[in-house]
Amino acid sequence: MTRNFYTLFLFIFCCSFTALAYSNNKIENSKEDDFDVNEVIMHHIKDSHDFHILDWNGHPVSVPLPVILWTNEGLVAFMSSEFHHDDSGATVVKRKKQAFVKFHEEIYYAGNDKEGKYIQLDSSNHPINDKPLDLSITKLVFSMFLSIIIIFIIFILSAKSYARSKKGEPSGLGKFTEPIIIYIKDEVALPLIGEEKHEKYLPFLLTIFFFIWINNLMGMIPFFPFSANLSGNIAFTGVLAFITFVITTLVSNKHYWKHIFWMPGIPVPMKLFMAPIEFLGIFIKPLSLMIRLFANISAGHIIVLSLISLIFIFKSIWVAPASLLFSVFISLIEVLVVAIQAYIFTMLSALYIGSAMEEQEH
Amino acid sequence: MDLITPDVGLLFWTLVSFIVLYIILTKFAWGPILGAVKEREESIKQALDAADNAKKDMENLKADNEKILNEAKIERETMLKEAKEIKSKLISDAEEEAKIRAKKMVEAAKTAIQNEKNSAMNELKNTVVDLSIGIAEKLISEELADKDKQLKMIEDILEDSKLK
Amino acid sequence: MNLVLFLLQEVDYGPFAAIGAGLAAIGAGIAVGLVGGSTVESIARQPEMQGKLISTAIILIAFAEAVALFAIVLALII
Repeated sequence: MTRNFYTLFLFIFCCSFTALAYSNNKIENSKEDDFDVNEVIMHHIKDSHDFHILDWNGHPVSVPLPVILWTNEGLVAFMSSEFHHDDSGATVVKRKKQAFVKFHEEIYYAGNDKEGKYIQLDSSNHPINDKPLDLSITKLVFSMFLSIIIIFIIFILSAKSYARSKKGEPSGLGKFTEPIIIYIKDEVALPLIGEEKHEKYLPFLLTIFFFIWINNLMGMIPFFPFSANLSGNIAFTGVLAFITFVITTLVSNKHYWKHIFWMPGIPVPMKLFMAPIEFLGIFIKPLSLMIRLFANISAGHIIVLSLISLIFIFKSIWVAPASLLFSVFISLIEVLVVAIQAYIFTMLSALYIGSAMEEQEH
Repeated sequence: MDLITPDVGLLFWTLVSFIVLYIILTKFAWGPILGAVKEREESIKQALDAADNAKKDMENLKADNEKILNEAKIERETMLKEAKEIKSKLISDAEEEAKIRAKKMVEAAKTAIQNEKNSAMNELKNTVVDLSIGIAEKLISEELADKDKQLKMIEDILEDSKLK
Repeated sequence: MNLVLFLLQEVDYGPFAAIGAGLAAIGAGIAVGLVGGSTVESIARQPEMQGKLISTAIILIAFAEAVALFAIVLALII
């Protein structure tokens, strides 16, 4: 009994380091001694041009990432450290006869120097400067590359472990990944896509599943290279949903389109009524895939961050155990939710692809 | 609103990274893994099929064996029956033949007896004739001593023989 | 008319967005409760199907939560 208590205390103590990882520059420049929860949370959820690690003695310590811009004069690249951690459009970087400023993590062309400001704001505090095409390696892109490298390592190693034994039995890492691969093959791809065509789309489904899962898991880890919220960004999930949409449209056969525009088996007025709904449904299905993943992951991150920010809001250390307990609990649920969301994305993709390829069975 | 406007840079890099990931993983990871899994499934299926076929063959063999056994049994019974019939037929044939032979023998014996009897009668007749001749001779010689008695006797004999 | 213009420009709709998100959470709670109740009942009816039933239940709960999260995303926009 005492040992269990000791273990629990040690666990919570170790988890309290996540609070250290989450605390950031709001402490150093809050002259009003105010902790803006919204700002902190949004900063963690959103993208940024440098990889912020922690604040040390009032100086933010971060890893600068390359900024790549496609401007009117061609491709411009520089490191984001040139902005010197400035987010309010005061520092100007000049390249190729053009000047850039960074305002709230977006890069704009520097405007004319009116009252010392390079950014013109409209009435609702949104900048109206022009923007170059921003293709930089931001925090999320860097984390995506990292996750790709991790996926390569895991899966190419497990594929190699099959070659070592003669009977086709894996060893080592392959033993761990094989049940998952077989589960997706037999429970997701085979029943939903059909017996004869599921092998063609199985690599795509496997790639999506593990890509989403590893990215989500990396977002959950709070320290340096891993803490980017990639799956909670709508561009990422949008691209995946878009690829699913493209594949669904490419493999669809006549029955699919017939069912959408002229659904058989119901009277004619109903057919006309159903056609626009089904047509919208073509687009809404991938859209819902995108929003589901984005909202789940973002919500998870926001909840964990809010619970930890409770400590800073109340400015008291005694809130810490309760807050940490809750956030540990929610993190455990998040681990489950992450796997489930990856599985649901994969399953729904397989379902859409399978229903687009379905031959007439009734 | 800022949260749900996608960022063009991220869109581009995500698309590029996903396509690169897909191509490389298909070639180096899913290809070997799925191929090995499929091979394993095929070999298992083949082994199961072979086992099924072997079982079926064995059942067929067993059925054939039983059929052969049954046929053999039926043949045996038929043969037994035939044998019994033949036996009884033989016996009856032999009986009949024996009867016929016996009859023949009896007849032959009868004939022989008849013949013997006949020959015996003939002999007897001859003996009697001889005897009677002898006696008659003697008598006659005694009687014929006298000539008149002879002539009377001859007339009696001729009258008797005419009557017969 | 003034009221409409006032509402369009001046009011911060943050609190109402939060109320909307809370209402969506009620819907999610009811859905999860229904799924959980049916799952427990069917496990009681046929305990040997337990694994498959629980996996199916978790997937359906994720779908229900996704709908609630649509509403939260809208609330976040506002």
